[in-house]
Amino acid sequence: MYDKPLIFFIIIVVLAIVVSPFIYWRATPGASLPPKLELPPGGEKRCVEPVEFMRKHHVDLLDQWRQSVVREGRVKYAASDGREYTMSLTNTCIGCHSNKAKFCDRCHDYVPVKPRCWDCHTFPDKGDTAK
Amino acid sequence: MTRREFLEFLALSGFGLVLAGKSTASAVGRGPAKKWAMVVDLDRCAKDDGCVDCIAACHRVHNVPNISDPRHQVKWIWTTPFGRLFPEQGRYGERQIREQKVLTLCNHCENPPCVAVCPTKATFRRDDGIVMMDYHRCIGCRYCMAACPYGARSFNWVDPRPYIQTIDKGYPTRTRGVVEKCNFCEERLAKGLAPACVESCREKALAFGDLNDPDSAVSRSLRSHFALQRKAELGTAPKVFYLPA
Repeated sequence: MYDKPLIFFIIIVVLAIVVSPFIYWRATPGASLPPKLELPPGGEKRCVEPVEFMRKHHVDLLDQWRQSVVREGRVKYAASDGREYTMSLTNTCIGCHSNKAKFCDRCHDYVPVKPRCWDCHTFPDKGDTAK
Repeated sequence: MTRREFLEFLALSGFGLVLAGKSTASAVGRGPAKKWAMVVDLDRCAKDDGCVDCIAACHRVHNVPNISDPRHQVKWIWTTPFGRLFPEQGRYGERQIREQKVLTLCNHCENPPCVAVCPTKATFRRDDGIVMMDYHRCIGCRYCMAACPYGARSFNWVDPRPYIQTIDKGYPTRTRGVVEKCNFCEERLAKGLAPACVESCREKALAFGDLNDPDSAVSRSLRSHFALQRKAELGTAPKVFYLPA
């Protein structure tokens, strides 16, 4: 092919650019660890649903709760383990997970998903500036 | 059977099925729906000593911002001079009658124009008569504000949080860009409490209850008193009644 040296040089430069994030990731200590969440200070060990379910489906759960409370006026939730809860982000969820920085933000700062719940829903400690 | 007879049979069966569906749906499990209403006794509320207990209670419990710029004001409940509230009434009354401050709030109409025009149904009428706001769905188009004949709705022109003195953590705030209004304290009604304004009134001028219950305070009040509604001729069937002094 024509211009073989130039082409090989450009290929090496492009590969370096493509691979650089992974090298940076390897080189930075702790970058590969998943975020560590702090459990509620009140010592409550059991959430409304099991941890794995909440990790995957907490958004679906909140959507379902929102639909039920706001639009249908129904506030009683029967969890999968049979216990009954009042569907409320403000009172039930934030009642236990009362520190946004140590719980919600740990994942949502790491992950490129920025929920807008906190524009309206407040927290006991830092509700005024929750953004 | 002719083709015409067959088509008539299909139409009638379809109609019958729809009717059957409607009757079974409403018969399952629920009692008669409530019809929440409020009665404002203007005689008891006549003390012109600057009392704003009801307004303060409502705005505190619901995190309503206190914005001094009148263009950006947000209010769920406020006072209006009688002459402005009932423009066709009281023409021959003395000036002090026309200027008496009267409590004004969302009327939670039976036939709400705001609900009819909302493009997303962010505002909707619940079975118990309360006209609700779903702030998640509101797009801030303000069509409801244009439709409301009573001016009961406020738009959040600015971020309300800096203007709230103390944020009540038991209730969310709203964000810039949504319309808000009185909600008849539906979150308090769900817990069996009276609305904040009704509970806080020191003169007991506000009565609240279920119009479908003949023994409720509002039913008894309306049976025995002449009551005014705002702009009754519009057909919105408002559920806030005023007992003239």
